[in-house]
Amino acid sequence: MSTTIVTARRAFDDSFTIERALATGAYEGLKKALSMTPEAVCAEVDAASLLGRGGAGFPAGRKWSMLRKNPTTYLVINGDESEPATFKDHYLIERDPHQLVEGVIIAAYALQVTQAFIFIRGEFALGLERVTQAINEAYAHGALGRNIFGSGFSLDLVVHPGAGAYICGEETALLESLEGKRGFPRIKPPFFPAAIGLYGEPTVVNNVETVSNLPWIVSNGGAAFAALGEGRSTGTRLFALSGDVERPGVFEVEMVKSTFRDLIERPELGGGVRGGKAVKAIIPGGVSAPWFFPEDLDTPLGQDEVAAKNSMLGSGSIVVMDETRCMVRAAWRITKFFSRESCGQCTPCREGSGWLERVLYRLEHGGGRMEDVDLLLDLCDNIAPGLTWPPQQTTICVLGPSIPSSIHSAISRFREEFIAHVHDGGCRHGR
Amino acid sequence: MSHFSPALRAKAEATVALYPKKRSALIPLCHLAQGQDGYLTEAAMVEIGELCEVTAAEVRGTATFYDMLHTDPVGKYVVGICTNIACMLAGGDDLLEHAEQRLGCAVGGTTTDGLFTLEETECLADCDIAPCVQVNHRFVRTTTPEALDALLDELAAGGRVDEIPSHGTLIRVERTVGLQVPKDVIAEERAAAGAAQAARMEGSK
Amino acid sequence: MADDATPVTIRFTLDGREVEANKGEMLIAAAERSGTYIPRFCYHPRMEPVGVCRMCLVEVEGPRGTTLMPSCYIAPSDGMVVRTDSEKVKKAQDGVLEFLLANHPLDCPVCDKGGECPLQDQTLAYGPGESRFIEEKRHFEKPVPISDLVLLDRERCIQCSRCTRFAAEVAGEAQIAFSGRGDLVEVAPFPTEPFTSHFSGNTVQICPVGALTAKPYRFAARPWDLDQAESTCTGCSVGCRVAVQSSQDRLTRVLGVDGEVSHGWLCDKGRFGFEAVTGAHDADSEPGRVTTPMLKKNGELVPVTWSEALSAAAAALSTAGSAVGVIGGAQFTNEGAYAWVKLAKGIIGTDSVDAQLDDGLPASLVFGLPAATILDLDTANAVLTITGDLSEELPVLFLRLREAAHRGTPIVQIHQHPDSVTSIAHSALAVRSGDTDAVVRMLCGDDVQAAQLRNHPEGLSFDPAALEAAKAALPHGGKGLVVIVGRENLAEDGTLTAAAAKRIAGAFPEATFLVGLRRANVRGALDLGLTPGFLPGRVTLAEGQSRYAGTWATTPSATGLSTVEQLRALATGAAGAPSVLVLLGSDPLTDLPDGALAAAGLAKATTTIVVSGHHTATTAQADIVLPVTVANERTGTTTNVEGRVSVLAPAVAAPGQAWSDWTIATALADALGADLGLETVDAFAAEIAALAPSHRGLSAQLLAGASGDGIIIPVGSSPIHGAQPLDPTAFPGVKAVPARPLGTEQASLPEGAPASGGAALLAAIPEAVSVPGPDGYALRLTVQRRLYDGGATVTNSPSLAPLVDGATVKVHPSALDRLGVASGTVVRLRSAAAHLDLPAISDKTVIKGTAVLSFNHATADHAGNAAASLIDASAVVTDVRMETR
Ligand SMILES: Cc1cc2nc3c(=O)[nH]c(=O)nc-3n(C[C@H](O)[C@H](O)[C@H](O)COP(=O)(O)O)c2cc1C
Ligand code: SF4
Ligand code: FES
Repeated sequence: MSTTIVTARRAFDDSFTIERALATGAYEGLKKALSMTPEAVCAEVDAASLLGRGGAGFPAGRKWSMLRKNPTTYLVINGDESEPATFKDHYLIERDPHQLVEGVIIAAYALQVTQAFIFIRGEFALGLERVTQAINEAYAHGALGRNIFGSGFSLDLVVHPGAGAYICGEETALLESLEGKRGFPRIKPPFFPAAIGLYGEPTVVNNVETVSNLPWIVSNGGAAFAALGEGRSTGTRLFALSGDVERPGVFEVEMVKSTFRDLIERPELGGGVRGGKAVKAIIPGGVSAPWFFPEDLDTPLGQDEVAAKNSMLGSGSIVVMDETRCMVRAAWRITKFFSRESCGQCTPCREGSGWLERVLYRLEHGGGRMEDVDLLLDLCDNIAPGLTWPPQQTTICVLGPSIPSSIHSAISRFREEFIAHVHDGGCRHGR
Repeated sequence: MSHFSPALRAKAEATVALYPKKRSALIPLCHLAQGQDGYLTEAAMVEIGELCEVTAAEVRGTATFYDMLHTDPVGKYVVGICTNIACMLAGGDDLLEHAEQRLGCAVGGTTTDGLFTLEETECLADCDIAPCVQVNHRFVRTTTPEALDALLDELAAGGRVDEIPSHGTLIRVERTVGLQVPKDVIAEERAAAGAAQAARMEGSK
Repeated sequence: MADDATPVTIRFTLDGREVEANKGEMLIAAAERSGTYIPRFCYHPRMEPVGVCRMCLVEVEGPRGTTLMPSCYIAPSDGMVVRTDSEKVKKAQDGVLEFLLANHPLDCPVCDKGGECPLQDQTLAYGPGESRFIEEKRHFEKPVPISDLVLLDRERCIQCSRCTRFAAEVAGEAQIAFSGRGDLVEVAPFPTEPFTSHFSGNTVQICPVGALTAKPYRFAARPWDLDQAESTCTGCSVGCRVAVQSSQDRLTRVLGVDGEVSHGWLCDKGRFGFEAVTGAHDADSEPGRVTTPMLKKNGELVPVTWSEALSAAAAALSTAGSAVGVIGGAQFTNEGAYAWVKLAKGIIGTDSVDAQLDDGLPASLVFGLPAATILDLDTANAVLTITGDLSEELPVLFLRLREAAHRGTPIVQIHQHPDSVTSIAHSALAVRSGDTDAVVRMLCGDDVQAAQLRNHPEGLSFDPAALEAAKAALPHGGKGLVVIVGRENLAEDGTLTAAAAKRIAGAFPEATFLVGLRRANVRGALDLGLTPGFLPGRVTLAEGQSRYAGTWATTPSATGLSTVEQLRALATGAAGAPSVLVLLGSDPLTDLPDGALAAAGLAKATTTIVVSGHHTATTAQADIVLPVTVANERTGTTTNVEGRVSVLAPAVAAPGQAWSDWTIATALADALGADLGLETVDAFAAEIAALAPSHRGLSAQLLAGASGDGIIIPVGSSPIHGAQPLDPTAFPGVKAVPARPLGTEQASLPEGAPASGGAALLAAIPEAVSVPGPDGYALRLTVQRRLYDGGATVTNSPSLAPLVDGATVKVHPSALDRLGVASGTVVRLRSAAAHLDLPAISDKTVIKGTAVLSFNHATADHAGNAAASLIDASAVVTDVRMETR
C-alpha cells in the first residue's frame, strides 16, 4: 500500500487519544516547525505544493503568502464539511483530532497568527467533543497557550460549533457565522478573506484535511510530499466513496497515480460496483461538480486531470450510480438539497433553486410536461449563463452556479429519460 | 433576572470571553440555551442578545438561519434521517417513511408523548454507513427499519442516556477554563509578532 | 473636505460612450448620472450596497472575457469597459425579474404600491415567461404588523433587505431582522421586543415593492390620483425636505425627499403627523381643528364671524394700549412671524413678545454663536452635544449625526440621562442637573471643579477616563468642532446651558454651533424679532430703530418681557404687566415648563386672544380664538435649525374659516385702524428681504432657483445648490438627489451679504450661574422631551396618539431600594412647588441622585403635562423628594 499521510493512525481504535497520538509521533512536526523560522515553514509548504482540500484546490502556500502582514490576523479552519457525500473531514476530526490540532498550530506559527478557530459543523457532536478534548490536552501538554514548548510563540485555539447550514462551508459565510451572524456569503471583491476576513481583519481559511497534512510535511519535508502525486496534484488525498459500491468509505490515495476506476474497483478500495452492476454515472467531486460517465472512469484522480474533463475533483467525494438508477430522481434530490441550503440572498439562487426543484419533482412524481426539460435548462442558464464549466454566475457565491451541474449533466446525457418521465406520468423505477 | 441557570450563565460568560468579539458567541450560546431548555425560548434569546450585545431580533434572525436551532419545542430526541444522494441510493426515503409510520408523525412533527421529533436531513457526512441516522446529532449507525425500531424502543425505555443526551446538549466536553491566553497578552504578542515578522521580511529583501 | 476640494474623476466606457465617475462612487450611480438607468431593487444610495437582488447586473470586460457584475457593488475604474444593454445583460436581468415574480402574488390591483412599483413597471416592460411558473406560490397569512405603524405582507417581499438594513445601519435599531433561510427568508421583529423606532416609516418608503405599508396610508389612495407638493416638514426645526401628497383635498401621504438636510429620511411624527391636519383617512374622528373664530360669551366660547371676533380683539387691544404680551409664533411662517412682529412692535408698541416658552435658549445666544450647518457634520473633526435626546427632539438630525459617528467622527456627549446619542458617542459624560457648566469647565481644562463634583453625596457622576477621552477627542481651538447645544432639561434654568455654551465658544474659538431649538420655525421667529430686545434681522432695538423708522409706525424703546416675565408679572400684579395676552399658536397651559405659572398668569389677563389651528388646553380658556392655517395649508417660508430658509407649499385648503397667520395680523391691524401696508405673502417676503439684514438678498427667485433644501441665511454664507428634479412618486426613495452633484450651478449671490449675528451679543449671556448645592435627601430632576407627547400633532393623529406613554419617574435602583419599593410602584414626588403621584421605574442607567421625567406626559391623576406641575421657573434647578404614598 502506498504512503499514508493523514490516515497514518488508521490502525488504532484509540487514535483520538493523546496517549496514542504521542506514542505515534504527534507534536513532533510542531516541535520541528518551532525550531524553524516561520518563513522556512511557509517555504516547506510551498515546496510541498499542497493544494487546498476544501473544494477550490487553491495552493495553501500561495494563499498564505497573500496574508497581508498585519498584527491582527486570524486563522480559521473549515470543518463544516457539508457537501453531500463528502465525509473525509468527519473521519479526520473524529479519528485524529491531535493531528488536526497540531496542523493548526503549525499553520498559525507559519502565519504568526495568535488566535485561531476550528469551525466544526454542529452535527459532529462527537467530533466537537474529541477536538475540544484534544485542545484541552494540547494546552496541558504545552502545545497550545502561552509560549508553546518554550518557543516564545503563543496561540489561543477555539473550537466553534456550527449549527446546521451547508452554506457555512463557503469561507465567507463561515466567517459571518463565526461572527455570530446569519451565514450569508460575503459579496466579492475582495475575493479572498486574506484581504478582509474575520472582523474585517486579514484571515486565512483552510480546510481540515489541508492542515492535517502539515505535521507530515514539516516532519518529512515539502519535497517528500511533492514527490508523491504528479504535476500540481501532489501528496495523497482522501477520497470519500459512496453510493453503489461494495465498500463505501474514506480512502487515502496518492494523487494522480490512481484513476476513478481504480478507486471504485480495486478490492482494497471500493471493491467494485455493488452487485456487479455497470456504472451509469458518477459524481466526481461533490454534487456541485458536473457528472462523469463510464467513458470517464480512467481519468486519474488529479485536480487538473479532472478539470480537463470539464468537471472538478472538488471536495474529493465520489458517488457511484449504477445502471438501474433514475437520473431524474438523482437530479431532483440534489436540486432539493440546493434549494434547502441556498442562503436566500441572491434572487436567482433563492428563487431558481426552488423552482427547479419543483419542476423536477413534478417530472419524477408525475405532472411533468414536455416543455419542462427546456425550461429547466433555460432556468439553469439564468443562474449560470452559458452553462459552461467553470461556470459563469449571476449570484454572489458559487452555490448558485453549482445548482445547474447535475441538472445539466443529467439532461445532456439522459434527455430521453426525462421525456420518458413525461410520457409515463412519473418515474418507472420507483425509488 | 437571568433565564439561564447560574451554572449555565457562568458557562455562557466564559464562552463569550473566548472570542475577540462578543457577538461571535451567539451560536455557541444558542447551543447552550438549547442544552438547558431543549429549544430556544424567547427569554433565552433575549438573554443571549444581552450577552452578545445585539438585539433579540438579531438573535432570532440568526438562530432561524440554522437547522439545528429550534425556536419551537422539539422532542427529547430529534431523529434525523438523511435522504441526500448517497443515502437516497441506500434507501433513505424508505427508512424515513418507515420512521414516519413507526412514530406516527410526519417529517418535522413530534410524537404526542414529546419524546421524538422526526427530521429529514441533508447529508450528515457519514455516507459510508447509509442511510445515515442521527439522534440528537449522535451518529447511531442504524441503517435498517428493524435496527431503527430497536433503537427507538431502547430510547423510549430510557436507554443509551450516556451515549445520547437529550436534545440540545451538543457537546459534553468543555474547554477547560484557565488555559486561555489573556486578551491583552494576545494583543501584545500579536503586535510583537507582526513587528518581528515585518522586520524579518524587510531583512530578507 | 480634502476629497471634494480635489475631486478624482474616473473615466470609463459605458455602452460605448466615455463617461465619468467620482472616486468611490458605484457604477450604478455614475451610470444614472450620465443618463443610463440600471434597474435595481436592493441598492439604495444612502445605504451600503449589498448586491443581493442581482437586478443591476451588467457586463464588465475583464482579462478572461466578460463577466456579469452587480453595478451597485462595483466602483468604476479607469478604462473599465461596461455594457448595460447587451443580450447577456438583458437575459440575466429578465431572468432575475422572472425569478422575483415566481413567488410574487401579482396582486397589483389591491396593492398600495400599484402604480409606483418598480417591480410592476419592470414587469410591464418584460414580455413572455411570466407564465412559465406553474407551481404553487409561497403563501403567507395576510399582513403582520412589524411596528405600531407598519405592516408587512410577506408574500410581496422580495428579500432586498432594504428595511432591515435601514433599521440596523441607518436607525441603529436592529429590531427587525431577516429570519429563516433560502426561500423562507422573511423580515421579522422579535415577538416581545417590537420595532419601536421613531423612523419606522422610512422602511415603507424605501420598500421597492408593496410588502411594507404604513397603516395611515393603506388603501387611502392610488398613486395616480394623488396631487403632490414639494415642501418642508414643520414637525420640528430640522426641516426635512418632503413631498406632500393629497387626494381630494385630504392629505394622504408624506414622503421624504433626498437632499442635504435629511438625506431623504423622515421621522414617524413628521411622516404621519399629517393626520392632525386633515384627519386620518379611515377614522371617523375629525382632527381637533379650530374652524371658526370664537368668542367667549357668558363664560362659553361660541362661534362668531371673523368681523365680530376681530372687533372684539381690537377693542381689547385698544384698551390695553401697549400693555400687551405676545407669546408664541414659532410654528408660524416667516412671513406670518414678521407680520405679527410688525403689528406688535411696530403698531401696538410692545416689546413683550416671545416665541419661546421658557423651553429654549436666549436669542442673543442663538444669534451670537458662530453658526454651523448640518452639512458640517459630514466633515467635522468632532461633535460635542449638550442637548435633549436628539432622536426625540430633532429626530433626523440624530440620523445625520449617526452617519458622522459611523464614519468615525468622535461624538462627545454631556448628558443628564443616557439616550440615543450616548449609544453612538465616543465619550459620554453623565452630569446631574446643574453641573453641566462645571463639567464643561473641566473639559476646558479647569480642574477646580472636580472636587466640587466629587463631593456630591452620590459621588462623581461620570467616569474620569471618559473625561480624558473627551478632552483628547476635542480638536485644539475647536477647529472642525461642531457643537450641538439645546435644552436638555426643562426643569433647570436655560441660562445654565447658555452659560456653558458661551464658555465653550470662548475655549474653542473655531468651533461652530447648531443651536438645537425644537419648534419648527423658532429660528425664523427669533430672526424676525419674535423675542424681546430684537427687531427683525437679528438686530437689537437700538440698532434697528433707524432701520425700521421709515417703514414702521413705531419701534419699542425698552426691552420687553419674556414669556415667563409676562406671566409672572401678570400673576403677581406687578407694574408693567400686560393686560392682554396674544398667544400665537402657543399653548402655555401645556407647554410652559412651569405649569402653575402658566395657569396663574393666564387667569389674570383681562383678555386672552389665541390664534390657533387646534383646540388646546389654552384655547379652552381663551376669550377670543382665531383659527389659523397649519402645516401643509400654508404658503411662505420657514427657517430650520441651521438658519436655512426653505419653501412651504400648500397641499390642501384650510378647513372652515381658518386664515393664514399673516392675514390675521393684517386684518387685526386693520381693525385697530392701522395698516401693515402689505397684502400678499410675497410682499411680506420682499419687505423682510429689504429690511432685515439677516435676510438680505433672499428673493423668491433665489429660492426658486435653489434646490428644495433652500438657502442658508445670510445669503452667501453657504453654497447654494441648483434646483433638483423631484420625483419621489415614480420610485419613492429610490431616485436620490446626490448631495454634491457634479457641475452644480451656484446661484448668483447678491453683493455684500452681511455676516451673521455678532459675538458681541454673547455679552448678554452670564459667565456663570450659581447653582444651589445638592440636598442629600433629594433627587435632582431632569425633565426631557419625547417625540410622542401630549402636543396637538400627536394627540390629533389617530395613528400616533396611541404611542404616547404615561408619565413615569425613572430613578436608579438604589433610590427605590432606599424607599423599599419595587419598580413600578406609584410613588409621590414632592418638589418645592407641588407633588405628583406616578409610577417609579428602576433604571440602572439613571445617574444616582437624579430623577428623570418626560415632559408633557399625563399621569393617572394629572391630565396634560404632569411634569410641569413640579417645575418652578424661578428656581435654577428642581429638587424633588420621592416618598411612598
Ligand atoms: C457552497 C460552498 C460550500 C463549501 N463547503 C466547504 C466545506 O464544507 N468545507 C471546506 O473545507 N470548504 C468548503 N468550501 C470551500 C471554502 O470556501 C474554502 O475554499 C476552503 O475552506 C478553503 O480551504 P482550502 O484552501 O484548505 O481548501 C465550500 C465552498 C462553497 C462555495
Ligand atoms: S448564490 Fe445562493 S447561497 Fe450563494 S450567496 Fe447567493 S443565495 Fe446565498
Ligand atoms: S444587486 Fe445591485 S441593486 Fe440589487
